[in-house]
Amino acid sequence: MKRLLIGVVGALVLAGAGLGVMYAIGTRDDTAAQVSSVAAGDPPEARIERGRYLARLGNCAACHTVAGGQAYAGGTAIPTAFGTLYGPNISSDPEHGIGSWTEDDFWQALHNGKAPDGTLLYPAFPFTEYTRMPRDDADALFAFLRTVPASDQASRPHELAFPYDQRVLLAFWRALYFKAGTWVADATQSLQWDRGRYLVEGPAHCAACHTARNSLGATTGGAPLGGAMIEGLGWYAPPLTGDDATGLGQWSHADIAALLTTGVSARGAAAGPMVEVVAGSTQYLSGEDADAIAQYLKSLPAGARANPGARPSQATMDIGAQRYRQYCAQCHQANGEGSGTAWPPLAGNLSVTAPSPINAIRVVLDGGYAPSTATNPRPHGMPPYGQVLNDNDIAALTTYIRNSWGNEASAVTSLEVKRARGQ
Amino acid sequence: MLLVLACQCAASMQNAAAQSTPAAAPPTPVTAAASDQSTLPATLRPNTMAARVAACTACHGEQGRAGADGYYPRLAGKPQDYLYQQLLHFRDGDRIYRPMTHLLAPLPDAYLYEIAGYFAAQHAPYPPPARGPASSALLERGRLLTQQGDPARDVPACVACHGARLSGLAPAIPGLLGLPRDYIGAQIGSWRGDLRRAAAPDCMAEVSKRLTPEDVAAVAAWLSSLPVTEPYVPEAAESLSLPLACGSQTFPMPVTGGAK
Repeated sequence: MKRLLIGVVGALVLAGAGLGVMYAIGTRDDTAAQVSSVAAGDPPEARIERGRYLARLGNCAACHTVAGGQAYAGGTAIPTAFGTLYGPNISSDPEHGIGSWTEDDFWQALHNGKAPDGTLLYPAFPFTEYTRMPRDDADALFAFLRTVPASDQASRPHELAFPYDQRVLLAFWRALYFKAGTWVADATQSLQWDRGRYLVEGPAHCAACHTARNSLGATTGGAPLGGAMIEGLGWYAPPLTGDDATGLGQWSHADIAALLTTGVSARGAAAGPMVEVVAGSTQYLSGEDADAIAQYLKSLPAGARANPGARPSQATMDIGAQRYRQYCAQCHQANGEGSGTAWPPLAGNLSVTAPSPINAIRVVLDGGYAPSTATNPRPHGMPPYGQVLNDNDIAALTTYIRNSWGNEASAVTSLEVKRARGQ
Repeated sequence: MLLVLACQCAASMQNAAAQSTPAAAPPTPVTAAASDQSTLPATLRPNTMAARVAACTACHGEQGRAGADGYYPRLAGKPQDYLYQQLLHFRDGDRIYRPMTHLLAPLPDAYLYEIAGYFAAQHAPYPPPARGPASSALLERGRLLTQQGDPARDVPACVACHGARLSGLAPAIPGLLGLPRDYIGAQIGSWRGDLRRAAAPDCMAEVSKRLTPEDVAAVAAWLSSLPVTEPYVPEAAESLSLPLACGSQTFPMPVTGGAK
């Protein structure tokens, strides 16, 4: 009995010590590069301009500016599996924004994921990627944000379910999934490739959508940039790896750069959440940076090909073909090749051939315009057909386009369409 | 009374549609609909305006001549400034219908103004009015409200702002004819319930709130029963002295090339 007691107490002590160690790991600071690069006095114009560029690259506005609202005043809802977070006010207001922060405070947030008072930040704020940004870039971004007009709009509290609303638990999440550290150049690669990797893994935080998350929301749920469902939004972010059928294997460097900077390309147009990403962020990429990203992405090897599953029935394909002729062929053509960048091809289109049919379903249901960009200010738009076609028709239609012209992907059920309507 | 219910029902269906509840979203897709021809024009060429607005005409009909079922109103020939403001309101969430907000979200002001101009310039023929069941008393009440308003309750006549021919007033007051009864009822009902808004001061919200549900039903029944006689164009700007101030009439046009 005494031995049992000793054993239990010992186990508890060990568990406590383990948690203590995890807590210590999860709350420690990376003190490297703490020294600000900012000289005394007002930040020079060039630094502010670089910061403006980085703010767009990081698409800060996506979470910190509501549609039609004051820039960076916060309030955007970010739906997650754990509840809804709201991007806070990061304007220059000293009380409600970050106007009273110092460069060191900002670095602490970006690099270590902590507020100035040490409060742990939720990783919906992608400090997990921003940590790779060097101090120079962080200081430039901060210099820009200081120029954002103050908004006295109070940041909206997050609405998270228990236990995710207990910030102290983030220490354990961080111990498991976060390691602060700036990006280190790979001497074996070209400068351009390196720049591309930095942009993708750092400020542009592509993994936030394109890498699968595990049950605790960490981007370790699948191959890096191997494609993922964006749970809160109900869209699928396709692989950015070299997969032939479902990734960027067939895309040229120019196709990738065109999609990022214009929203359209010979291989497909931005759809769903990527419309907002192009409009708010990647359209502002310099030509060199767009090329760098393309070069880096094109170097990523293909992942394992998922089995597309059984061939759909001929009856389903026949119904789908009929609907296709009626509603789609006029623009996308009978051969699925579309027409230029106005009407994207469906043959080999990543949104069509993805392992998940959700993007194809959503585009048919809701339609949507490509983003309006400086190069393509008057985009064409896909009509919505959710009002015209029922679930069975859309299931047959999307099954047909996923399995025609060389496309090969799973058949779509009417239940999947019904679920998509409810989202 | 039944008509009032029908009218309120139409309004509530619009609200349900705003939340995109599939079961209540109008119209319920049926297999038969799939055998109908696509509403897109027979030939479309890429990079034309007709192609750029294919996402609009799929529901609103070719040239924006109205959808087949009464839920998608006519766009053709409405004043450009009116259409532009509606597009802005939908995009920015001031007018609530999720499918529209989704479509317009990525589009900048200048492009929306161009789209509005395209539909304003379309002159598709008007179909004869689809007269539903309405008592002569109801129609007479609608006619009186339209022509004279109700001075006792400070309700202005429709014609006071929308013109003697009900064809609208430049730059942004739309015509009221050629619209489905349910649509008219649903719009006034939405204004009464603060679900539809216009630029401040929102004169139509003010007028709508002075109307009873019975008034709305009567006006919707009467207006939708009237045929359109060509040429059906808005009265010249400032040719009428408005009984209420309307923010939509002084709403700024987009800065050319301006981004959202």
